[in-house]
Amino acid sequence: MSITLSEKDNGYIEGFAGFKKNAPGSSLDWLQSVRERAITKFSELGFPTPQNEDWRFTNVAPIARSSFNILENGHDKVSSSDLTQFQFEDTEVAELVFINGHYSKELSKYGNLPEGVILKNLADAIESEQEIVKSNLARYADFKDEAFTALNTAFMEDGGFVYIPKGIVVETPIHLLYISTDEGTPSITNPRNLIIAEDNCEANVIEHYTSMTDNIYLSNVVTEIVVGENSTIGHYMIELESKKAFNISTLRVQQARSSNIRSHSVLLGGSLVRNNVHPVLAGEGCDSLINGLYMPSHRQHMDNYMKVEHASPHCDSRQLYNGILDGRSRGVFHGRIIVHEDAQKTDAKQTNRNLLLSDTAQIDTKPQLEIYADDVKCTHGATIGQIDENALFYLRSRGISKDAARDIILHAFTNEALESMGVDSVKNYCYKLVTNWFDQRKEEQES
Amino acid sequence: MLEIKNLHASVEGQEILKGLNLTINAGEVHSIMGPNGSGKSTLAQVLAGRDSYEITEGEILFEGKDLLELEPEERACEGIFMAFQYPVEIPGVANTYLLREALNSVRKYRGEEPLKHIEFAKYAKQKMEVMQISDNLLKRAVNEGFSGGEKKRNEIFQMQVLEPKLAILDETDSGLDIDALKVVSDGVNALRSPERGFLVITHYQRLLDYIVPDFVHVLVDGKIVKTGGKELALELEDKGYGWVEEEKTAANS
Repeated sequence: MSITLSEKDNGYIEGFAGFKKNAPGSSLDWLQSVRERAITKFSELGFPTPQNEDWRFTNVAPIARSSFNILENGHDKVSSSDLTQFQFEDTEVAELVFINGHYSKELSKYGNLPEGVILKNLADAIESEQEIVKSNLARYADFKDEAFTALNTAFMEDGGFVYIPKGIVVETPIHLLYISTDEGTPSITNPRNLIIAEDNCEANVIEHYTSMTDNIYLSNVVTEIVVGENSTIGHYMIELESKKAFNISTLRVQQARSSNIRSHSVLLGGSLVRNNVHPVLAGEGCDSLINGLYMPSHRQHMDNYMKVEHASPHCDSRQLYNGILDGRSRGVFHGRIIVHEDAQKTDAKQTNRNLLLSDTAQIDTKPQLEIYADDVKCTHGATIGQIDENALFYLRSRGISKDAARDIILHAFTNEALESMGVDSVKNYCYKLVTNWFDQRKEEQES
Repeated sequence: MLEIKNLHASVEGQEILKGLNLTINAGEVHSIMGPNGSGKSTLAQVLAGRDSYEITEGEILFEGKDLLELEPEERACEGIFMAFQYPVEIPGVANTYLLREALNSVRKYRGEEPLKHIEFAKYAKQKMEVMQISDNLLKRAVNEGFSGGEKKRNEIFQMQVLEPKLAILDETDSGLDIDALKVVSDGVNALRSPERGFLVITHYQRLLDYIVPDFVHVLVDGKIVKTGGKELALELEDKGYGWVEEEKTAANS
């Protein structure tokens, strides 16, 4: 049975009534009640409009007026050889593969994970790891003002579940690969990832959203990461959706004392993309590194909404987001930093740099500092510009051709946002994606 | 090697160079001195190919070729090098990467094979010692966070690596303390040879104690108004530029 969701005729509510009967964990009362609350909230909120300050620069009307199917499956359209293009070279990974939001056991592999680490798809974990799931799922990703998070919470079906017990260092990167296939009609997936690290752990998790064809779909993602004391988690978001797709992602990180999160986002695909990153530095002495690179072209729209919440003393956060915008594309960087009353000695820094490669590309960048403590250091800076002519001339005066000099400057700009990635194979993969982007641009200019 | 004939250049409609003539032969060191705003840096920028200047009259021949027809990178490949007065910071580009790219671009232009990493490292190593460039400075982003002295040393280091035929120093001495000045001058002097020409632009005579010129030209208001030997620099230091200008006015009236 296929379920269709649409704003018309209460489609989301009616769709939910059909969905919940067979939803994962439908026998669990606590989960059903979370879903019920979420759908109620969603129907109250509706999709956000540009009147909502948090959505001022991003109009999701194309999503609101679409109707989407929840697909049953699509496993048979993807074979393991199709995955190669989405995999990282020279590295062993544990990899969960989801096709149209559904876990594929055949395509997934588990590699060599240390004993005690639990990696499975969420739909299974809801049944087998009930305690852990119940005490963490939907606890951090608040949906009371967030329509998309509410929608995801009501309709979540599957995703990655990672549990790392105390003191374990996971060397093998964990790859959560989401692939969409063309099923004829616009579709929706609500991937839900839950990553829990106890104290003194280390791990890297890569979320990767992509597609086999140019189909229309909405990936509405919510990821919760719980970082235990003194643990370090590297998180990567590689957004390579089809050029007609919508991707709305929310990353919610909860950090305990002396923990460390290193978040990297690379946005390249999709027609309308919203990347919400929301770490809460809840324990003392946390560190957050929040970096990203967005490169919209043609008519792509990419919105980065940062909400860095300092809730305890002596925490440091560093944000660096670089954007290269081409064609008639539009970019948004909204950098909110909230320093709560108790968060003395906060050291928060935010940098957003933009390079416009065309006269018709547009960027809105907006820092927003809300500081309720009195002994803090918060800095922010944003730049918007074209390629620096002085730098270009300097390189050319050393014998480097104009084209090569431009390439060097552009790559330096993208590398700045990528170089802090801790997993080399992922970093190299991203370098390659960026190089492809530039090559494609050159081809288009020449033709 | 270099012949500048009746060069007129303007920026945003304002004429800066007003009929400049200068010939530099291989093996010669020419110094250009002059007061602020006389057009010294404009001359350097025009020679290197900065496109913000408009050439309204005159010509520049470099080894018989029309220099004004060449792009900045072609000039560099032909053997012109300008040490910038204000070296540009380029975040994210390692100094060593720039150098290797530059050297290999020049080699390619000359039809030579590019140098591999190891060959380049070996080649650069000798030059680094002369210019007191540390491995650390080589790895860092081009000029980013460099001190004034490091920037200027780095310029001359690039010059050493690229071994140009004509080296132009645009106020390389400005802002240097005496130790840095010595390192920079030693680097320049090490390159002096019968095949190479130098154009040393400076505001201060002090540099010319270390890089001793064959000719000193005084540039005033876009024209060379006086030419002499190295002793002219001392005279200028003593008396300032005023007397040259007065002499010129007297001659014109």
